[in-house]
Formats: sequence, structure tokens, C-alpha cells
Amino acid sequence: MVTFTLNGKERTFDGDPDTPLLWVIRDFEKLTGTKYGCGVAQCGACTVHLDGMPRRSCITPIATIDGSDVVTIEGISGKEAEAVQTAWTGLDVPQCGYCQSGQIMSAVALLQMVPNPTDDEIDGAMTGNLCRCATYHRIRAAIHNAANSMEG
Amino acid sequence: MTLHDFTATRRTFLAGAGLVIGVAIAPRFLSAAPTGVPAGGAGDLKPMNAFVKIGTDDTVTVLSKHIEFGQGPFTGLATLVAEELDAEWSQMRAVHSPTDNKIYANLAFGLQGTGGSSSIANAYEQMRKAGATARAMLVAAAAAEWKVPAAEITVEKGRIKHAASGKESGFGAFADKAASQTPPADPKLKDPKDFVLIGRDLPKLDTREKTNGTAIFTLDIMPDRLLTAVVAHPKHFGAVVKSFDDTDARKVMGVVDVKKIAQGIAVYGENTFAALKGRDALRIEWDLSKAETRSSAELAAEYVRHFDEPGLEATNTGDVAAAFRQQGLQTVEAQIVFPFLAHAPMEPLDAVFIKAADGSVDIYNGAQFPGFDQQVAAKILALDETKVRVNTQLAGGSFGRKAQFGSPYMQEAASVYAAIGGDRPLKHMWTREDDIQGGFYRPMYAHKMRGAIDADGRITAWEQIIVGQSIMAKADLDSTSVEGASNLPYRIPNLKVTSHNVTLPIPPLWWRSVGHTHTGFAVETFVDELLTRVGRDPVDGRLALLDPASRHAGVLRKAAEMSDWGATPAEGRARGVAVVESFGSFVAQVAEVSVGPDGAPRVHKVWCAVDCGVAVNPNIIKAQMEGGIGYGLGAVLFDAVTLGKGGRIMQSNFHDYRSIRINEMPDVAVEIIRSTEKPTGVGEPGVPPIGPAVANAWRKLTNAPVRQLPIVSIMSS
Repeated sequence: MVTFTLNGKERTFDGDPDTPLLWVIRDFEKLTGTKYGCGVAQCGACTVHLDGMPRRSCITPIATIDGSDVVTIEGISGKEAEAVQTAWTGLDVPQCGYCQSGQIMSAVALLQMVPNPTDDEIDGAMTGNLCRCATYHRIRAAIHNAANSMEG
Repeated sequence: MTLHDFTATRRTFLAGAGLVIGVAIAPRFLSAAPTGVPAGGAGDLKPMNAFVKIGTDDTVTVLSKHIEFGQGPFTGLATLVAEELDAEWSQMRAVHSPTDNKIYANLAFGLQGTGGSSSIANAYEQMRKAGATARAMLVAAAAAEWKVPAAEITVEKGRIKHAASGKESGFGAFADKAASQTPPADPKLKDPKDFVLIGRDLPKLDTREKTNGTAIFTLDIMPDRLLTAVVAHPKHFGAVVKSFDDTDARKVMGVVDVKKIAQGIAVYGENTFAALKGRDALRIEWDLSKAETRSSAELAAEYVRHFDEPGLEATNTGDVAAAFRQQGLQTVEAQIVFPFLAHAPMEPLDAVFIKAADGSVDIYNGAQFPGFDQQVAAKILALDETKVRVNTQLAGGSFGRKAQFGSPYMQEAASVYAAIGGDRPLKHMWTREDDIQGGFYRPMYAHKMRGAIDADGRITAWEQIIVGQSIMAKADLDSTSVEGASNLPYRIPNLKVTSHNVTLPIPPLWWRSVGHTHTGFAVETFVDELLTRVGRDPVDGRLALLDPASRHAGVLRKAAEMSDWGATPAEGRARGVAVVESFGSFVAQVAEVSVGPDGAPRVHKVWCAVDCGVAVNPNIIKAQMEGGIGYGLGAVLFDAVTLGKGGRIMQSNFHDYRSIRINEMPDVAVEIIRSTEKPTGVGEPGVPPIGPAVANAWRKLTNAPVRQLPIVSIMSS
């Protein structure tokens, strides 16, 4: 039995302990904003916050997160999340949209740690998040816009 | 009046644009489980015609016959409707239409489907007429209610007004009565100079849900009692199951069943992980007797042999043979080999099947050709087509992957569903490995080009031979193999383009921009080499070969102006240019490139000029150019699916089928040529020029022309 917090609520899981957090979130908790894209931590579509840090949920066995705090796109809040989502909307960043939950989770974690990131810092934080529509140009601009909006 | 009643009562075809109006939407598509987000209006929706519903809450819901996978039809089609309806943008919504190959036909195809960058082009008049029709019906209803002449009623920003009486209303109050008005036979459309919404950067209708995690894709549909199934596929094309042992697979917690189907071995689980773990535990022996066992290198060697054989003639103007026999010529030759490319959309292929109480089946999937999916599934499930409803969902990309004649993916998915039977809903999903190794690639191609330059430095002859699979499965000339080459825009007096169709057990498919993925590269790198040989500037030299009044020349001049082409780039950088027309849209790009620290091309900046006729939503056009540049650049730098020794597929996931990442994405500037031409598409045309623009810069930097793709793998091999 694994006990963890998901978006502020205590949850338990007593299925196969090998089950990746991604599939617990999606199949058992029915939170579908977190996506499957590769299963091997190569695309970042499954990014969640685990104890405040971005984590690829597709390679995180549920047995390893006992006692942890998990936040998904459905549960993010705070000034960084608000700034990022507002900036994303303002620039119409998403195209197909499938990777964007993961992009936003990575971007929010970045701004929580580095309030005004440089382009290099954005590259460092966002390189693990693939977007096959290649919305990268707007992702970068939106992160800068979000950072600027928090300064004011 | 119910929606059902409405369906039967009025059916009118408008001549010309093929608008079908007065055909309501059977409500059943709203039945069953979850619908995609963004949802239509929340109120009681009244159908004005097959494409427009007006809610009593004032919302206007547009039924998009085209699938939304990022290229923007929800917003684009809603803009066209809103323009003629004189709606306020904030009241507009969009959903996918139901499946109907007649009512919702792509007017360019004659059946329902999305592709060929055709959504805005084919819907431009049809959706405007749908909006104008709905407007006329609202006005007629208001005129009857207010007892005033319809001609005195105006509509602006979602408000219906009669100035003389001071009466005013939103749309919702008249939705019901408007729905029972007779639609006008030929509604008048606005003069483009009066457009108030077309041409504006209206915010996209699907952005909010795609920013907060609530957008529903096929993978997100989770009805109660759902089974999830994955299929073990071979690692060789054409291999079939010889024998298998599922003892260990069946021991995996949550595995429900294992079935052999034509495509492989299906494992059914109570959840996704159970199915995946069960699949990993299968032991399968594959029969390779009919499989492709040649490697990519062996295939390339065979392709090249076709160069010396007579080919299928695509273009033959002037006398190429005679032109090459002239005295005092310089001849330039190039051979370029292009690899197989996977589309690799972020959401791998998937579908959900839900059986209704009456035995009919709802299918939820990212249906790019929904009519084919319906036909194929009905056959496999042994149901009448009317008992199979394809509910198109938002899709996590496609890039051509989901548009398939005969729906081979649906054949597998429906077979998996049929094999287990029963009443439980089923989700069939591909993993990324299934996707990368699943075939339906942009085919491998080999090009041979020969150019002649006379003593005065004029390019007098151009011969191009293209070898590869026919995407359209033709025995004779396949225009998709030669498009972009056979209609070379450059005025060269002697031009000959031929092709050879190769047959392989590796299924081919169109890939974002189809033939232009390779012809654009071959033509634009070769013309650049010829111009270099005669000492011409790449921009001026191209302009001298183009009709100055052409749209090719227009975008080329614009891109040159944007990039300040004549200026010297920073130390260590070089610029390359390319211009390609595809799907009726014209795109020129200038790329500024250096040799990166890893020895690979580093693309710093791309200037892009696009002429796609009337720009319905400039912001979406720019986004498609940015995305097309990223998609094309990733492929030309990194991507190939290769067959190794014995024909085994060598790539499996994003670690070895690389995708461009944010640190590799150049800065992009886009400008749109102002035009009054009818709009053409933008989903694909941003892709073709980036490869050759980068390769042309790379040749300047390194003196090495790019003869094999991707660029980075040649460097590492």
C-alpha cells in the first residue's frame, strides 16, 4: 500500500507496485491532464511536481513515492502557475496541445526556482520537454512574459 | 421540434460552393461518453444548418468538419462563420462535426477528411455561406417578431438591431425561431474590404483548455469498466507471428486476456500498465519468410541503380539530351538520399470503443479520414455503417499520420476490439515504440540531378530522376513523388524530370508537405549549387530565373528584405535561402547558421515570408510557419528510421529518433504578404524551405554539400 498526496488530497494505491506514477494518476485517479508520450523520460509530456520538483511520472514507480506530495496540471496554483498560464494564453502557445501540460509544469517549476530566467536557464529547464508542433519559440517568449509579469 | 424532426424536414443544397444547409445534426453524437473539449455552447443549441448552432445562451457553435490537431481549423472555420454572421468573437465556440462523407465532405477531396493544407481553402466560401445563412435566418425571425422589414434590421457584434423602433436583441432569444426559418437560397457574402474579423489575430478557441489540462484527447477517454489493449508488433516489416507463449503474460497482475490478431498479439489489461507489462512478458517467434530483410544501405544501393533505367516521365520540355551535348558546357551533378521518416505525433495512435445498449458502437479517435474509419470498423465489427459512429477527438498532432486510405490503424484497433468481444469499453493504444516502428513513413527517396551551364554562365538544362515508393500506390507516375520538381518554377529552357516507383513491404505515407519534403530540398539545394557555380548571388540568381511578377519572387524578395540579405552575417555564420510553393502557398526562408560546438549545424535565426492569399488569422499563420520550421529542421538535422542488417528497424523512441528541442529551435520572424487571392493552407508549406535553406548555409560554411540526410547522422557515422 502506497500513500501519497495528490493535489492536496491523501490517496492510497494498492495495485502493482511497479506501476508508474503516470498510470496511477491517469488510470486510477482519472486525472488526464498528465500525458503519455514516450514512457522512457524522453519527452516530458508526463511531467508532474513531486515534492516541489519536476519529475517524469512515466518512469517513477509508485512504490518509490510513498509519503510524497504530487501536484499535476489540475492542481497547480500560486503566482508562478497563474503567470505561466496567463502568458501561455496570451501568446496562444499551444497547437495540438498534447505536450502543453508537461511544458507548463516544467515552466512553473523553473519560475519557482529562478524567477527571472535567462535563455540558457530556460533551455536547461525545458530541454526535456518535447513539442512535435515545435511551439518552442512561443514557449520561450511566454516564460519571459510570465517572469516579467511577476516582477511588476 | 426536436433535432430528429429537424433532420428530416429540410434538406437544401446550395449550388456552387456545395453548402448543405438545413440538415441538422442527429443528437446521437452527443450521446455516449465524454466529448472533446472545448465544448460547444452550454445552452440549448438550435441548429441553423449543418455547420452552425446558436444557443439560447447567445453562444454560436461551429461544427468543424476538419479535425483540430493544432493547425487551427476550430478557430479558422469559426472566424469565417462569425464574419458573415456578424457575431462577437467571444460568443464563438467550435466542436468537431459528426462523421458524414457527404455533408461534411472536404470539397477538395469529395469525402470528409483533413489534409493537403486544405481546411481553410476548401471551407472559405462554405463556412462564410453557413454564417451568412444563419444571419439571414436570425434576421428573418427578428423581422417577423418585431413586425418590421428584414431589410431594416442590422446585425453587428452579436446584436440584432432595428434602429427605427429601437428594438435590439442578442442571438439567443431568436435561436429557436430562426431555426425554423427557410434558409436563403444564395446568401450574399461580404466584400472582403468589409471584413471585421477575418484578418485579425483573434485568440484561438482551444487555447484555454490546452493550457489548464482540461482538453480531452482520445487517450483521456475513460468510461467505466474500460479495458486497455496494446499489441506486440514485429521488428521487421512483413513479419508475422509464427508462435507465441503467453504463460507469463497472463500471470501479470491486471492482465485480462491475450489474443492473436493479424497484426500481432494483443494483450488486454484492467489498466494501461497491466497491458504494457503483459506485452513485455510475451514470448513470440516471428516468421520472417516474407519480411523485408534488406538494410537501408542495401535499399539505397538498389535505388541508385534505377538512375540508369528509363523512368516515368513527369516533365520533358525542350531537349535535355541535346542541351547536354552542347560544346563548352560545365555540368554539375548531385545525388541525394533521403531516409524514411516517422511522423511521431506527440499522441501515438489510439482509439476508444464503447458499445451502446442497442449494439451500436461509438468510436472515439483522432479521425483524420473519419468516413474510412467508420467503413473499416463497421466491416470488422460486422455492423451496418449506420451502427458505427466515429466521434472525432482533438488529436495530439498527426503531420499526415492519421490520414490513411483504408484506415490500417483502425483495422488493427477494431480487430483488437472484435477479438475480445463482450460489452466492456476498450481503449487500444500504440506506444511510442509502436509509432516509430509502425511504418507508414515518409518514404526513402534517391534523387539524381544534372545541370548544364553554358559558356555565358546560363543554366540551360536540368535533369532530375527521383526513385522511391509511390505514396498513392501507383504503377504509373505518382504526382506526389515529383511535385515541386516537375513544376520547377525556374525558367530553364530544357527540363526533364522522371521517376521510378519502388515496391517495398514497408508501408509509405504522406508526411507534412508530402513530395515537397524531398523535392523542395533537392531542387533548392541544387539550384543554389548551380548559381554558386556561375557566380550568382542565391537571391538575385533565383530572381533572375523567376517570373518577376510571380508569388515565388514576391516571397523571396520579402525574405531577403526581412533578413537584410546583403549584409554580412556575424563572424562564423552563413546564410542560406530557399523558396518553395506547396499546396498553393508560397514560402521563402533565410536561415542563419554556424557550426555548433558539437560540430553540427546551429541555426540561429530564420526569416520567413509567406503568401497564402487572404490571411484569415495572421497569428495562426505565423504559428504554423514557426512550427513548420521546427518540424522540418528537426527532421533534416536528426531524423531517420533505418533498417539495419537483416532489415531490423533500428529506432524505437525519442532517444534515437531525435526531435528538435527548445535549445535547438532558432529565433523565427514571419511576415505575411498582403493578398486578396483566395486563402490557401499553411499547415504544411512552412516545412519544405527550411531544410534546403540550412543546407545551403551549411555548404557555404563547410564547402560540403549535403548529399544525405539527416545532416547530423552523416557527421557521426
